[in-house]
This record gives sequence, structure tokens and C-alpha cells, in this order.
Amino acid sequence: MASYSTNEFKNGLKLMIDGDPYSIVECDFVKPGKGQAFTRVKIRNLKTGRVVERTYKSGESVEAADVMDTEMQYLYNDGEMWHFMEPKTYEQIAADVTAIGDTKLWLKEQDMCEVTLWNDSPIAVVPPNFVVLEVTDTDPGVRGDTSGGGGKPATLETGAVVRVPLFINIGEQVKVDTRSGEYVGRAKD
Amino acid sequence: MSVNLSTLIPESIEADWMPSASQEILEKRAYFLRAIREFFHVRNVMEVDTPNLTLAPVTDPHIESLQTEINGAGNSDTLYLTTSPEFYMKRLLAAGSGSIYQMGKVFRNDGQGKLHSPEFTMLEWYRPDFDHHALMHEVDELIQYLLKTEKADRITYRDAFEQYTGLNPFNVTTVQLQNCAKANSINLISQNMEKDDWLALLLTHLIEPQLGNIKPIFIYDFPASQAALARVRIKDSDEVVAERFELYYRGIELVNGYHELSDSQEQRKRFEHDLQARINTGKPVFAYDEAVLNALSAGLPDCAGVAAGVDRLFMLAEKLDNIHSGLSFTVKSR
Repeated sequence: MASYSTNEFKNGLKLMIDGDPYSIVECDFVKPGKGQAFTRVKIRNLKTGRVVERTYKSGESVEAADVMDTEMQYLYNDGEMWHFMEPKTYEQIAADVTAIGDTKLWLKEQDMCEVTLWNDSPIAVVPPNFVVLEVTDTDPGVRGDTSGGGGKPATLETGAVVRVPLFINIGEQVKVDTRSGEYVGRAKD
Repeated sequence: MSVNLSTLIPESIEADWMPSASQEILEKRAYFLRAIREFFHVRNVMEVDTPNLTLAPVTDPHIESLQTEINGAGNSDTLYLTTSPEFYMKRLLAAGSGSIYQMGKVFRNDGQGKLHSPEFTMLEWYRPDFDHHALMHEVDELIQYLLKTEKADRITYRDAFEQYTGLNPFNVTTVQLQNCAKANSINLISQNMEKDDWLALLLTHLIEPQLGNIKPIFIYDFPASQAALARVRIKDSDEVVAERFELYYRGIELVNGYHELSDSQEQRKRFEHDLQARINTGKPVFAYDEAVLNALSAGLPDCAGVAAGVDRLFMLAEKLDNIHSGLSFTVKSR
């Protein structure tokens, strides 16, 4: 049976706990000045969406969830469900809001996502690490400002809000790291 | 013959080249490091810079060293990156250095988090003729100077446990500790917890977050089982303590200090005890440092020593919410 050491824990890793699949949403390392270290995680039950906290002795192993991650193309949202397609077989599946979670902020039609299937149902969706999205709202740009300091909030076409440099304007395409929700750069055309 | 490069070269890494800290923070950090050096300069404490590589790593069963190979001419060996300059500095003390400090990088093969990085800046200093109380006083002066804090409080390990958990750590049973964790909804999954592991769990989860919210606080006189490299003293009929202290501010552990053990035979026993614990828990073992034992035999002056996490101090000074925001770059693994 596959398992992960707590040293391999990172956001998005899938664990099997008490018969349910979970995904790590937050992971921290707690250690006294001397002595045993612990890994404290917040994990989301992929069936119910509920988030719980667990603590492990650092270095221990935890059973991996027997789920299948597949690369699928995001097609569209019908108001209730998000539809994806397996690019080789053209097979389509629909994910509900529990499975999508915050990923909806980064979904752009045609992009390839990692869809996690458990018993053939989608239970989680991870967007690409980097997405290019259009800025739909932000304060007017400041000409000549090219420094890294400062910044301002910008709303993107998906509804996500990220901090961007002052020189970014409405209508521009920006590249965002979906893991941190941080602006990476201006997208080149 | 042509070689297909793609089979030889790993996939390139996402090129996020910008520093993690702003220019303003980097300038403040430079000033902060200079202020620390000034603090020791006016006290006549000499700066030293000992090697980062060693043949004999720390034996502490809860600290893992990063390992590397050296391949010189007729000279190949396994070396380790130091997790603290302690052994080298004790050799300097035994050779007659007097008061010394060192500020530099140390390395740990450990988890990463808001307060942890595998590579970090440590400030370590030693004061001949100081005991742990005298050194706590000096640590407090440094903290007041760097963080503009009030005079620190002091509490024994026993009192801290009694105050926050109602348990006496010196005669509590593992079952009582386990029940306390459960009653405070700590969802521990792990088995095979020794008493000191339970104490560490309660300390990190229940006590630490409440320590030093207004002013810094020292915890001192730890259980002898957690002595590490500190002297041990019989305090009471039911209480054998290690002359060790830690400083907490805003729930964060900042320094760890000892009235230093100078008995080489006792030190050898502790090395061997550590190695046995490593074998029992399936951790790597290696030869321990005979050079530091020889230095203790030659005569380590009666002294106290302390190590402080500079990145955490700077984080608190600048009110950052993690150490990485105060570093030029964060070392990320894939």
C-alpha cells in the first residue's frame, strides 16, 4: 500500500484516513527548541468538504488515498456544475461545487486541470500552476512605475482578486501562480 | 555520437527570480545584523567563524544533519553541514578564547514552515563564568535592544506546565498527558509516544502559543531527560532539572541556552544514549565528535552558552508573519 512520510506533506497531497480520502489544505511544522517535532495539518474530507485538524509525529508515514488523478480539459460551467473532458476519449464528467472549491477562481475554459477521481466520481480539481487571466477591474495604472514595491488589488475575469504592480491596467492579461494566488508577470501575447 | 539531452537534464525549474523580501526589508536586515555585532563589540565578545562542515554531526535524535560527499585527491569522505557551531565553539573555549560569538548559517534536514527553513541564520554565544541565570540576563538585554521589549519574565518549566495544563511534568504519567491532549482536542494520530514526546506535544500545542504575548518570557530548569548539553542539578527530592532555558515572545521560541556541561565522561554517555535512541527509532547513526570530548577533558571553562534564531528575531522586529518574508530568497524544494 502506498504511503507518504510527513516530510513529503504538501498542499494537495491525498491521504486516506479512517476510510475517507482527504486532501491537505494547510501544513505546518511545529517543533520545540529540543525534542520531538510534529507536523500539524488541516485536511479536507474530499467526500464531505469538511476541514479538520490532525497532528502527526514528524517522520511518520500515512496511507495514501487510492484516488486517480487525471489530466482533463475544462469546458464550461452551466451555473451549477463544472464540466471537464478527457482529451483522448472525449469522455465528459461534471464536478459539483464541493469538488471544485476555490479552484473555480482559476478555471479558464480550455485549460488543462488535474481532476481527482474516487470511485469514478470527481472529488477534487487542481488548476494549472500558472494561468493567464484578463484584468476586469483595477485602479488606473501609474505610468512609469516599474518598481517591485507597492502594488494594488486587481479583479480578474474569474472573480479572483490578486495584487498586481501599479502599471497593470484593465484589459491586460496577467500570469498568476494558482498555488500562492500571486501575480507572476504580464502575459506576453 | 549524439546524446539526447532531454534524458539527461531534469525538467527546468519555474524561474521565479525575484527576492522574497523587498529592498526596504533587506536594508533593515543589514542594519539589524550590524546592530547585533555592535551589541557584542561593546561587550568585548569576540566574533568567530568556525567551519560549516564537520565529520561528526550532532547526535540529538530529533535533529537531522544534511550530508554531503567530498571527493578530493585521495580524500573522499562523508561530511555533514553543521546544525549549530556548538562543538567548534567549545573547542575554541577550551583553547582559551574567552567570550565568543558567531553569527552564520546553519543547516537542518527538517520540515519547512512559517518558522522553519532548512537553512537559517543562527547567533550563538558563550560566556565564561556565567551560569544560565546570568546569561538569561544578557539575552534579555539583547532582546530589549533589538525588539524594544520590556524586561522579560521568568518561569520554571514546572510552573509553566502547572499553569497551563494543571499537570506537574516531573511526576505526571504518560496516560495523564495523553488525556490532557485529548481533552484539549489535539488530534494526535501517532503511536509510540515517549513521555518526553507527550511533553513536547503539549508544550508546542497548548503552552507555547500563549507564552510572551505582552513581554518575552524565559522558561528554565527543564526535566533532566531534556538536558541536551546542559548541566543537571538535583533541585528537590522529586525534581532533577537541567540548567537549560528557552525564550519565548509572541508564542515563538527564540533562543535555547545552557549552563554548559563540561564533564567529558557525562558528555560521552549522552552521545551514546542519543545514538541508542537513534537506533531504536531507525534514524541514521554515525561516529560522534571525539574532538569536543577531548576539549572537555582538556578543560572547558565554566560557562553558559546560547543560540538564537536571527531570522525569527528579525521577523518579530519587523512584524512579519513568517521568516521567509525577511529573507533575500527562500530555498524551495520541488
